[in-house]
Amino acid sequence: MILDAWLPAAIVLSSLLPGLLIFLLREDRQLLRTGLNMLGALVKLALVGWLIWGVYEGRVFESRLTLAPGLDLVFSADALSVLFVTLSTVLWLVTTIYAIGYLEHSPNRSRFFGFFSLCVSATVGLALAGNLFTFVVFYEVLTLATYPLVAHRGTPDAIKGARVYLAYTLAGGTLLLVGAAWLHALAGPVTFTQGGMLGGLVDDHPVQLTLVFLLLLGGLGVKAALVPLHGWLPQAMVAPAPVSALLHAVAVVKAGAFGILRVVYDVYGVTVAESMGVLGLLAVLASVTIVYGSIRALSQDGLKKRLAYSTVSQVSYIALGASVFGPIATIGGVVHLVHQGIMKITLFFCAGNYAETLGVDRVSEMDGVGRRMPLTTLAFTAGALGMIGVPPAAGFVSKWYLGLGAAEAGSDWVLLILVTSSLLNAAYFFPILFRAWFREPPARWPDEHIPAARLETSAPLLWPPVVTAVLSLAAGLFAASPVSPLEWAELIARREYGL
Amino acid sequence: MIDWLALSVALPLLGAVATVALPRFAVPLGLAAALPTVWAALMVMVLVADQGVQVSALGGWGAPLGILLRADGLAAALLGMANLVALAVSLYAPGYFRGSVLEARFWPLWMLLWAALNGLFLAGDLFNLYVTLELLGLAAAGLGALTGQRAAVEANLRYLLVGLLGSMTYLLGVSLIYTALGTLDLEQAARELRAGPVAWVSFALMTGGLILKSALFPMHFWLPPAHANAPAPVSAALSALVVKAAFYLVLRLWLELFGPVVGASAALLLGLLGAAAVIWGAWRALRAERLKLLAAYSTVAQLGYLFLFFPLLAELPAGTARTELLGAAVLLALTHGFAKASLFLCAGLLQKAAGHDRIDELSAATQALPVVTLGVALAGVALIGLPPSGTFTAKWMLLTAAIDLGQWPWVPVIMAGTLLAAAYVFRVLGHAFASAPRHGDAPPIDPRGCPGANAIGLALQLPGLMLALVAVLALGMTAEPLWDLLASTTDPSEAAP
Repeated sequence: MILDAWLPAAIVLSSLLPGLLIFLLREDRQLLRTGLNMLGALVKLALVGWLIWGVYEGRVFESRLTLAPGLDLVFSADALSVLFVTLSTVLWLVTTIYAIGYLEHSPNRSRFFGFFSLCVSATVGLALAGNLFTFVVFYEVLTLATYPLVAHRGTPDAIKGARVYLAYTLAGGTLLLVGAAWLHALAGPVTFTQGGMLGGLVDDHPVQLTLVFLLLLGGLGVKAALVPLHGWLPQAMVAPAPVSALLHAVAVVKAGAFGILRVVYDVYGVTVAESMGVLGLLAVLASVTIVYGSIRALSQDGLKKRLAYSTVSQVSYIALGASVFGPIATIGGVVHLVHQGIMKITLFFCAGNYAETLGVDRVSEMDGVGRRMPLTTLAFTAGALGMIGVPPAAGFVSKWYLGLGAAEAGSDWVLLILVTSSLLNAAYFFPILFRAWFREPPARWPDEHIPAARLETSAPLLWPPVVTAVLSLAAGLFAASPVSPLEWAELIARREYGL
Repeated sequence: MIDWLALSVALPLLGAVATVALPRFAVPLGLAAALPTVWAALMVMVLVADQGVQVSALGGWGAPLGILLRADGLAAALLGMANLVALAVSLYAPGYFRGSVLEARFWPLWMLLWAALNGLFLAGDLFNLYVTLELLGLAAAGLGALTGQRAAVEANLRYLLVGLLGSMTYLLGVSLIYTALGTLDLEQAARELRAGPVAWVSFALMTGGLILKSALFPMHFWLPPAHANAPAPVSAALSALVVKAAFYLVLRLWLELFGPVVGASAALLLGLLGAAAVIWGAWRALRAERLKLLAAYSTVAQLGYLFLFFPLLAELPAGTARTELLGAAVLLALTHGFAKASLFLCAGLLQKAAGHDRIDELSAATQALPVVTLGVALAGVALIGLPPSGTFTAKWMLLTAAIDLGQWPWVPVIMAGTLLAAAYVFRVLGHAFASAPRHGDAPPIDPRGCPGANAIGLALQLPGLMLALVAVLALGMTAEPLWDLLASTTDPSEAAP
């Protein structure tokens, strides 16, 4: 069907075009801007729904544009890209609503929402990328689109954070570019193929392909915040809360993690990667990152900083899942792509609410916020318990599959990492929960902007975290239902391992 | 049938004459000549794309006696780029010079430069190439010194002398060829030339003269002051077009005349100089205090990239791989042309608005003129070589070819050049977001606090933005027909069985 060839491109354009229009709007055209944003988000959601249905039925969607001889920009949809696209689309919708509430009355909103849409378009573009070249293109575009969002506030701190972000990601992008070009020189156009596309090439160039893997991993590791390439992430915390939420849950760190999945499963193929011995290195890197991020999170008083180090740690579960050979660990890693996204975005929304409503942005100021803002704090609690991995929250499902997969693969030390990390997660989240629910609130909040009325804060700030918290609980509770992320991750694992 | 080749040279010449004769009407006359010139140039491009190589023997005299104009794919591609850039410059110049005595003085030299440029791209023999090259150099130096300020005159006098030295060296090489082969026609000479001392010496002289004019490291010393001190529309033309013309000649002579006979070591030397230029130019751009100086050093670096293609082209046998790589080189040259012109046009407006172009104090101007800043940002993306610009596609192909051919040393050069370029571009762009100046205790930035910005209308801002959009979107996303166009490029080594 002719429409099938347009669908992936249309999904990318559905946020790109409104974004470009928004740039042209005057600051005071609030209604039109919101309308364009919501229209884009809803159209994208509808198109993605169509895509999910088609991919589930096994239809092939591919949009292709030739840029130069032998160099094609390809959008196509397989099970993995659909998972990521759906995550981005749903969370973009929620974050847009949140951002509209969050940025009310602040300057430069047209610029903000323009780049916000570009950022999502880039994420969706790299999710739908059908070959490595396209992935690299959108990986770099994502860097560019995010820079203005991090720098948005314009304070010296924001400019500095944005500069650090740019230095890390562009350096990473250059490594990725060289790795991808090298692979292209060896293998021709690198089309993402379930089960890997290298074939017998590994026997001919084992050393070169290992070096390429390291380059790709270096480039992707920057965005995925693998230690020691994670330095930009805590600094980028200066961005407004919706940006942090999107950065941590969907856009930037996920782009890195998603890229690692792509390289391991659809470029090298997990069997080939295992036989080359590169998975061991990835496993070590991911494990170090998981433990290191959690330890650093313990000592952070800034709430957003603590959450940032928690992201460093949690995102590496995805890489860990990819590094353990076996379908069950793969399921754990892939499903965490979704679970971590929903939980982390909830936590960042809540952190933004505390700061916007009460001026609370440090853990030490959070005494009794649960009484003042019960719904927000309930959502926060759901996210935090999920992160720790308390059953039946979503995080538990990820950790369960990761552990089971590790045991099956005979990598018992991974279990140790999972247990350590969960204990550390508990150690940095429980004090927050305890303060919020059981301490006496102070007489005055640091800087109360939004007075308590019928709702504890303004509606567009309140409902997004509540919705995502419910989603995160549902993903865990109904993990066995046929429409859950887990079910979809199993579909991916079956296809990757050819089961 | 209309001779579009001749028209694209003759129309700007007519314009030059008319604007000299009636200086009071310089702007309308200049624009009246500019528009049909661009049309003629685009028609040449269309004809070449449709029907292959176009030849026009003026007055019916063919080679080796008459003046022969010839357009193949390579010439047509550069001609198209140059004329679109020149159109943007022509639309920008009246607003930029409004109310100044320079308004009338600009047009005659500018139209002369344009005619020389089109003549150079279309010239079919070595002597005409010399004439147009000389004319181009004279017009360019005159334009550069237009303001009459001491720094500008000094820099452009140096430019003039260097240019003369370059073209004289080139002419020596030409006369050697003529003495040895008895012809100046490129095609005829290419058939006759054999490897040996004549080929070597004439190659050294001609290419040496041309790399002086194209400011290849270490012959770039004259470029930054000359380009940075000229008025913005002139800087744009100099940096985007004039040096590119010299590069075009190096490429053309190498492809048609010398490539098959001088061998790979000469190409390697060009590549090494290019690599040095990439690093040195970008480093100096990063250290530059003024925006226009930054842009000028960035030109030094970007020309370096173009010369990196020579050692790769030299090693590839004639065939698709080589044609593809040649396309990448041309794409890079075109993208740089659009992007650099855009950067200079935008820089000129920021300078007008702020009253200076010191990078560290541009926050107010960049925020008062968002359209201009967007132009700078897009041009910057193309200069760094990030997607979706044409530079990215070209750089990807350059990298792939370097790796494929085992010429590894170029890879770190390209990486370092990219990162340095990102550093200097974002040094400027950071100011678009800063809400407080970086130094001292000056008051916070208020976009309305930049009075010069109000005088700058949208019409003056659009040419720069359009050029940047071409560099980033059109050449990034829809450049594929370029390779079809280049398929009609004369490459004797390809024609040989």
